Order: sequence, then C-alpha cells, then structure tokens
Amino acid sequence: MRTSWKWPAAVATLTGLFFTGACAPARQGDIPANGAIPTDVMGVARERGLTPDDLYAAAKTFMPSGKHDDYVLFASGGHSGQVHVIGVPSMRLLKTIAVFTPEPWQGYGYGGGPSEVLKKGNMPSGKELTWGDTHHPNLSETKGSYDGRFLFINDKANARLAVIDLRDFETKQIIKNPNAISDHGGSFVTPNTEYVVEGPQYATPIGWEYSDIKNYKEKYRALLTFWKFDPLAGRVDVSQSFQMELPPYFQDLADAGKGASEGLVFVNSFNTEMATGGVENGEPPFEAGASKNDVDFMHIIDWRKAAAVAQHGPTRTVNGMRVIGLDTAVKEKLLFFTPEPKSPHGVDVTPSGENIVVAGKLDPHVTIFSTAKIRAAMAKGSQEKDPFGVPILKLDDTKETQVELGLGPLHTVFDDQGYAYTSMFLDSAVARWTLGGADKGKHPEPDWTLVQKLPVHYNIGHIAAVEGDTATPGHGYVVAMNKWSTDRFLNVGPLLPQNFQLVDSARPGESMKVLYDSPIGVAEPHYAQLIRADRLKPYEVYPFVGYNPETGKKDPNAVLSPKDARIVRKGKVVEIFTPVIRSHFSPEHVTVNEGDTVIWHLTNIERTRDAIHGFCIGGYNVNLSLEPGEHQTVTFQADQPGVFPFYCTEFCSALHLEMMGYFMVKPR
Amino acid sequence: MSDLKVVLADGSQRSLNDFFWPHLLLMLASLLLCLSVFLPFWTLKMNAPQFPEGLKAVLYIDHVEGHVQEIDGLNHYLGMPPLDEGGKLERKVSLGAVSLMSLSVLATLFVHNRWAAALGVPALVFPWIFLADLQLILYRYGHSIDPTSALGGAIKPFTPPVIGIGKIGQFVTEATFGPGYYLSLAAAACVLAGLWMHRRIYREVRAARRRVGLR
Repeated sequence: MRTSWKWPAAVATLTGLFFTGACAPARQGDIPANGAIPTDVMGVARERGLTPDDLYAAAKTFMPSGKHDDYVLFASGGHSGQVHVIGVPSMRLLKTIAVFTPEPWQGYGYGGGPSEVLKKGNMPSGKELTWGDTHHPNLSETKGSYDGRFLFINDKANARLAVIDLRDFETKQIIKNPNAISDHGGSFVTPNTEYVVEGPQYATPIGWEYSDIKNYKEKYRALLTFWKFDPLAGRVDVSQSFQMELPPYFQDLADAGKGASEGLVFVNSFNTEMATGGVENGEPPFEAGASKNDVDFMHIIDWRKAAAVAQHGPTRTVNGMRVIGLDTAVKEKLLFFTPEPKSPHGVDVTPSGENIVVAGKLDPHVTIFSTAKIRAAMAKGSQEKDPFGVPILKLDDTKETQVELGLGPLHTVFDDQGYAYTSMFLDSAVARWTLGGADKGKHPEPDWTLVQKLPVHYNIGHIAAVEGDTATPGHGYVVAMNKWSTDRFLNVGPLLPQNFQLVDSARPGESMKVLYDSPIGVAEPHYAQLIRADRLKPYEVYPFVGYNPETGKKDPNAVLSPKDARIVRKGKVVEIFTPVIRSHFSPEHVTVNEGDTVIWHLTNIERTRDAIHGFCIGGYNVNLSLEPGEHQTVTFQADQPGVFPFYCTEFCSALHLEMMGYFMVKPR
Repeated sequence: MSDLKVVLADGSQRSLNDFFWPHLLLMLASLLLCLSVFLPFWTLKMNAPQFPEGLKAVLYIDHVEGHVQEIDGLNHYLGMPPLDEGGKLERKVSLGAVSLMSLSVLATLFVHNRWAAALGVPALVFPWIFLADLQLILYRYGHSIDPTSALGGAIKPFTPPVIGIGKIGQFVTEATFGPGYYLSLAAAACVLAGLWMHRRIYREVRAARRRVGLR
C-alpha cells in the first residue's frame, strides 16, 4: 500500500465530523443526521484497505484547506544547521528557518544583513563556518512557560548559539563561543529567560589551544556557558555572560530548574572515566572506555549564586569572557555532583520542578531525583569528592525513586494529566508513566508506574509533548522523533528521511496511538518543542516601510517612495537606491565601472501580505529576500565586467518575469 | 411642555412645541453634519481570489483610507491614476464647506423670514451634490487610462458603479454608502422638516405682528 495521506485524510474529515457529532442544522457536505458514513467515503476506505483506526487517525490529523494547526513544533534541523517549523496535528512543514547554513530562499548568506549575521558566527581566526549541527531549540520562557517571543538553538559542532526572533522567524544573532569548540546541553533557558545555558560536550583545552591528549586530565576542560539574554534588545549580551569550568567528563543534556528547583541547573555526564580513546594504539575505544563505571555524575549548579560570583567574585577573563574556575566553583559551593546510572542521556525537570528525571540509556530505569532532598544534601555538604574536589552527594540522599521502563530510555517530557513520556531508543517505543508528588492524583494509576509502551518506528531519539518541558504543559499530542524510518516511506535511495511520528496522548491510560508518519528529508533533527499556536504573534508584514530586520529600526538608507530611486556616484563607490514594488525595480539600468564598490539599497515598499520580492544578480552570487516593508543593503565589488541581468526571484505578479533590469559593468 | 404657551404680538397663543421642534431639528441637522466628517461616506470593496479578505477603499469627506497603496499598485498595471488623483479639490475644501454648511443651518434659527430657507439649501442639496461629484470622479477615473502602462490597451474605458456590484479584471467590486453619507442624508431630512416647521410658525409670528401694526 502506498503511503499517501490525502485520501484517508479526505475520508476522515467526513468521519471526523461524524465523530464529533455535529449537531448544527444540516448543510451541504455535513455528515447525515442518522450518523451513517456516506457510502462514497466507505467505498474509498474499503478500496484503500483503511481500518477504523486509520479513519480515526486521519480525522485527527487532516487539516481542511484554510484551517490552521493548533500547535507549532520547532524542530532542530540537525546537521542542516536549520530549524523546521511544523504544524501539529497536520504535521505539515510550514517553514524552515535558516540559522547556521546559507539558505537562498530567505536570502540568508547571499548578501545583505543576513550575511552579516552569519559572519558573526565565524571562527575568531576569520575561518568561515557555513554549517552547524543544530541540536536543541528552546523557546523563551516567562515564569517557566513559553512566551512565544524568541527561539534559541545551539550548534554542537562549533559551539555556537543562535537567537531567532519569533516576530519574523528570522535569525538575529549568532555567537561563536570564544572558549569552547563543542557543546551539547544547549540552549536551555532559565525560567524567565535570564540566561540561555550552553552546556558542553567533548572536553578540549580551553580556547581550543593545542595540548597533547596525554595531558587530558590536566589541560582538557569543559565549559558551561551562561549567556545573558536581554529581552528588550532581543539579543544575548555577551558582556554580561559568564562561563564555569567543569571537569572533562563529556557533559550531555542540561535543563534549568523551575518552581521548586528554580535557581538550579542540572547537567548530566557520560565520561566520568575520563577515557581518552586511542583504539588504534590498543586502548579501549571511547564507546567502551566511557561506559566502564556503573555511575556517572549529574551536575547540580546554583546559577544564581554563580551569577553573583561572576559579578563580584574571583573570575578570570579568557578571550573576553569571564570564567569561574573549577576551584572557585567548589569553594563557593556552586557545583555539586550526585551519581546517576551510567551514560544517561536526558535530564528533565518535572512541571512542578519537584523532581528531575534522568533516563538511563544503558539502564532500564529512569531515576527520579528530589529537589527537596538535593537542596538538603547541598546544605549538608559531602566529604566524598571527585578528583577535582567537587563534592559528591550520595544517591540515597538525592534519589526519590526509580521506575523501570525498558531498554534505552533517553528523554522525558510531561503533560497536565500527571504523565511522563520517555523515549525508549532500543525498545523503539514511547513509555507513558505516572508522576507522583505534585502530580499525584491527576492520573488514575498509582504513582511512579509504567502505564503503556507504544511502539514507534524506529529508534526514537528525542520526544516532544505539548509545552511538555514547561511549568504549564498541555496535553493531547506527543511527537516521537525517530532516527530511523527504514520501511515507513517510499524508497528514495540509501539516505533515508527521519520519521516524526505524531502520537495521540489525549486520553489517559493505555490509549496512546500513532496517528501520523511525517518524513523529514532534511538532515537529522534532534530536539523539538511544541508550543500552542496562539502564543505566537508574528508580523504579517513588517511594521513599517524601510524596516531593517537586523536592527528592528527604520534603515537610514531606506527608499520610502518610488520618487527616491537614484544612483549616487562618489569616486569608485556607487550607491543605488531602489524601491521595490510590483512589478519593477527602479532604476532598471545600472552602469558601473569594473573595480567599483557597489552599495545597493533596496526597500520593498509593499504593504500587502505575501507581496514578497527577491533580488538576484546573475553571476554575482547575490540573492535577497525582501518581504513587505523590508530594507536590505548589499555591498559587493564589481569585479567581473559584462552585462548581468538582475531580477525578482519570488513570483510576485502577472508581470513578474518583467521585473528585471540590467547591471552593466564596463571593463577597465 | 404642551401646556407651555408662547404669547404672540396680538395676544394669541401658540404652543412652545411649535417653536421647539423646528429649532431642535435644525440644531440636530447641524450636529449630524459635523459628525459626518468623522465617518466614511462611501466604501468600495474589491474581492478577488488572491485577496481572501478583499481590498477596500474607504472614502471620507476629506481623505481616503483602506488598502490605498495596494489598489494603486494594482491599478498602475492598468494605467489607472492613483486614488489620490480623484477629487483633489473636493478633499481640500470639503471640511471648510461642511463647517460652513453646518453653521449656515444653525443660522436659520436666528433668521425668521424666507432667507432662512436659502441658508438651509446647501445642507439640503449636499448629499446629491456628493453623489453627482463622486459619479463624475469615477467616470474620469475610468476614462483616464494611460495607454503606455503594462496593460494599458487591455481594458476599455469604463465607469465604476457609484453603488452596487461591478467587475474589473478578476475583481468583483461592491460599492456601498457609509454611515457618514447616511448622516448627511439624515441632516438633509432634518433641514427639510425643520425649515418647513420653522416657516409655518414664524409666518404666524409675523402675521400677528402685522395684525397689531408692527412690521
């Protein structure tokens, strides 16, 4: 059977209407009052071999033309260096936001402001980076709930952080971490987005200086970065940010405490063995060496105290960043460890903040820690220390309980029915289990109990639920982000898409169902967050003509009216001021001399939704996206003589093809 | 108030109401005219498949609101002049004219002879003049197509209907009067009724004066 969603979808709309029991007066196209499914719908169902479950799934997910999704999934694009925006429950891809990788549709990296944003993410040496390994998108929060204003995402490969403004869904800032070259536990936010936390992954010498791996314990370090976010500016303020030195333990995921655990940050680790690999020299490979110990350490960091130390206390400045040394972190009681099952993956704070769930990866349990116990143990302190002097709080003093779920638990999200959902990599399943404490009694089952394991297809990594990592989760849907799709889709060659599976989690008990398979044929997404659509309030068009999306202000070179079209020549610099409107650029003839510097100011003076124009110059690698009201300035050298047509790259009107001009470069 | 009487020059009595109503109506007319300048007089709604919410040009007495830029942008293909070209003079003088009209209506309260009617006439005919002028503007608008524009030869000169449904290209247009225009109509009705009552009562006042030999 071919996998196509249109037909079941059509069948399901009608059945869906029936299921919801539309009791309005019958209109044309309504389900008949006697409740019978129309025979043509049944015919299609029979012809396509659809089961009642299929019809139910189709009715849950089909989005009739013009209707909008209730939720929006922001998913990392993995090593595409992008962010995917997906509507839920339809699972339709709405947009891909360019972040670390040039992307021509959005005019991202082909001249103009976006190229400047990308350039800020280059290595300090000037080495250009044109891709990123986006891992964890995180929405900004107010009081521990999504506020729909900003999205942050980290680049694991190069230790970078990006800020996306959700007023226009565009990347505004990329920061290259000046001291780290690898990160993972990012870009988690504190409950009021005071800080964006960028946790480390592979330890390296600070500032990625050279040091032989024999000096691993002495020279290699991890750095936990706290990026101070300024919500008014919509940018990270690097001058107010700081870093904390950590032992070279391969830290993994992180989460900020909220509610009961507000003020703490939790980071787990998977190489407390400090294995250094070297399989070619007969040493155990990383995979074995880093998995030897029975436990690794969950790191507990008091970020409020750390911020105070960064402000007043002893720090050193490395490449312009304040760094709290490991010795200071210990002395000032900023950092504590507690054992966790070996090589865990997710560390996830429950909605109340009372508990922290660590998934075992190589252990069939999730281990649940208690914030209250952790705080008590922190106050008491511990004589047991790791080789760097960091106090280790006893597991018995911090653990609430363990729940056995099965093989390969990775990440956990939550809903408002008192359930936790853990992705089970080896079992290829989503485990639903019950919380206790603040969530006692919200579910019919006993606390801390496995309720259902739903098979998913296949090798689930991260998992997302409706606002499922916030203080105020919703319920209804879970998205299983499966790493392998194997046989789920038509064969498109040996590089297979990932499979985002939508899971119905609306009702309690053993009722979860897979609703929809959504192929993601762009790299390998990691984490995603699922937000209520009504929290997002993006612009329909930019608020005024001449808006510069990089500054959020009217550009001083904005061309506000067709009358302002002009060419200004000053020696070897030629400035062109072009208003852009259907269906012409002005001027249409631009003649310069070979070797001139061309500064081209373009303003889309349209005010109509979707009246987007592109601006490309053939042969010059220039392509801008000019959305209604947007201003862009592109600067380049006229280094190739000849005649080059420029034209609009967004089909804007009936005379779109005619929206062009000639850029003429006279030879020297 | 019906027991309140006004004693005329010859001693005869009239109900105060006979004076009250014409004054009230004329004052109301003046007020309605003042209010009308804040409200739309005429709206042209243009519906096309790619504009699910339609485009609107909303005409006030002294300016145009709505999707003016978009309509102008689309019209440039057809070689039609920008909306701003139509009724330039009218928009310039309209506020002054309506203010004068409104004052003129108020003045009728103090003029108790046949000239009162003359002072009321501008407000009386204003809605009809507006209509005729709008028709003229629309006619000119549809008949000044620039033949050198992109689609200049594609459409024949036309007159958009001043009221009701029309069609231009893929657009179905719907012209309707706005609350401002209805206020101006109501003001005209008030002026008409007010003046009639005004004339009736002051004729009697004058007759009473004549009867006792006063001029």
